[in-house]
Amino acid sequence: MIAFEVKMLKYGGYGPVSFTMRAGERIGVTGPSGCGKTRLLRALADLDPWQGEIRLEGYGAESVRASTWRKRVAYLPSESQWWFDCVGSHFTNSPDADDMHALGLASDVLSWPVSRLSSGEKQRLGLLRTLANNRPAVLLLDEPTAHLDAERTRAYESLVTRRCADGMMAVWVTHDPEQLQRVTTRGYRMVAQGVWKEAVSWA
Amino acid sequence: MGVIALSWADILLSALPLTVLAALFAWLRLGLSRTMLIGAVRTFVQLAMVGVVLKGVFQNAHPVWTVSFSMVMLAAGTWEVSRRQHRHFAAGWTIGFAVLGLFTAGFTVTVFALLALVGVKPWWSPQYAIPLLGMILGNTMTGIALGMDTLTQNAWKQRAVIENRLALGQTASEAVEEIRRESVRIAMTPIINSLAICGVVSLPGMMTGQILSGSDPLAAVRYQMMIMYLIATGAGFGSLLTVQLCSRRLFDGRERLRLDRLAE
Repeated sequence: MIAFEVKMLKYGGYGPVSFTMRAGERIGVTGPSGCGKTRLLRALADLDPWQGEIRLEGYGAESVRASTWRKRVAYLPSESQWWFDCVGSHFTNSPDADDMHALGLASDVLSWPVSRLSSGEKQRLGLLRTLANNRPAVLLLDEPTAHLDAERTRAYESLVTRRCADGMMAVWVTHDPEQLQRVTTRGYRMVAQGVWKEAVSWA
Repeated sequence: MGVIALSWADILLSALPLTVLAALFAWLRLGLSRTMLIGAVRTFVQLAMVGVVLKGVFQNAHPVWTVSFSMVMLAAGTWEVSRRQHRHFAAGWTIGFAVLGLFTAGFTVTVFALLALVGVKPWWSPQYAIPLLGMILGNTMTGIALGMDTLTQNAWKQRAVIENRLALGQTASEAVEEIRRESVRIAMTPIINSLAICGVVSLPGMMTGQILSGSDPLAAVRYQMMIMYLIATGAGFGSLLTVQLCSRRLFDGRERLRLDRLAE
């Protein structure tokens, strides 16, 4: 059954883009810099204006309040932002202890000041925060592991994949073909100005 | 008992030390003399014009003149708010918010003072209405200008934070809450400071004027107290209202941050 459906989506001079996803599916999006990958994710989360049709479980994006839509279709920016002094203040729901452990985060990280975090820790905490606060149906990942070493990257990928086994959908935007091979079941390659092609192989 | 009047010759004499200072500045190559002297000439011309107009308005007391003078003050205040913004809302929204804030807060507070406190008859008497409105509007203007500027500057600088908060499912209002609060705090800082130091570090100009013109100091002090409360009220409601309106304008109907609506 189709759970997430994008039809003739145009955004900021890019597109049109059409694709569908079934529950639990993981798709990849790749393409040269400036072809509109980040903008695509932003439009899907309704952070930028767009035209066309985006539906989640049959309901159009316009049929719910924008903040409700963004909780369900969650955009995870490549640089996560932290505006309070303490890490824990950014969590509206307490994160899953197993997720924290799986990401290799210290068990007391929520009581840390934000100034103590490395960029890799911020990136992993960004995922943890979105999973906890949003409980997303679709997770939109924008170059999510740029600051992580190989081991942390694998842990990050397997957490997302595990969530997808429970029905979450994931859209990965990355330049790394090996990562796409590992984490996605199929994907799309964008060429200049958001022209959209189904990619058979990532290699 | 009246004030000892100053003649135009006295005014020229009072400007003499300033010209000596300007000469000294020039000799020290401070690059200040020119702007200072232009400022001094502007003070002379502007105040002389206001004096002539006020004299005419007072002699021919009529609501039309009071209202006209108020509108000129409103326009000047709006222009000044707009001039103090680093970033403007496109399509005249900055002007619109400034007019609305100044009018709603400044005029309401002034009319309240004239009707309920001063009780002058008729209530629009220019001798009371114009100076009161001037003081209230001036401070409301400062509050509004600071509040708007802080809001738009911080929204611009903290774009990534605001959008990350939206992406986490916060509403537009939640995502700018801290910035909005900070803007009102900054807007109110000067007036709250002057409430605290009034009479200790400085004697307010209006009170000094009344004392000079022979009023009982206690009567002058009561006027000044009223003025302080009124200007704080005007600045507070004015900045609250405009910060609220501007923060809404930063987002569209789908709660997207629309910094494209701001231009430098």
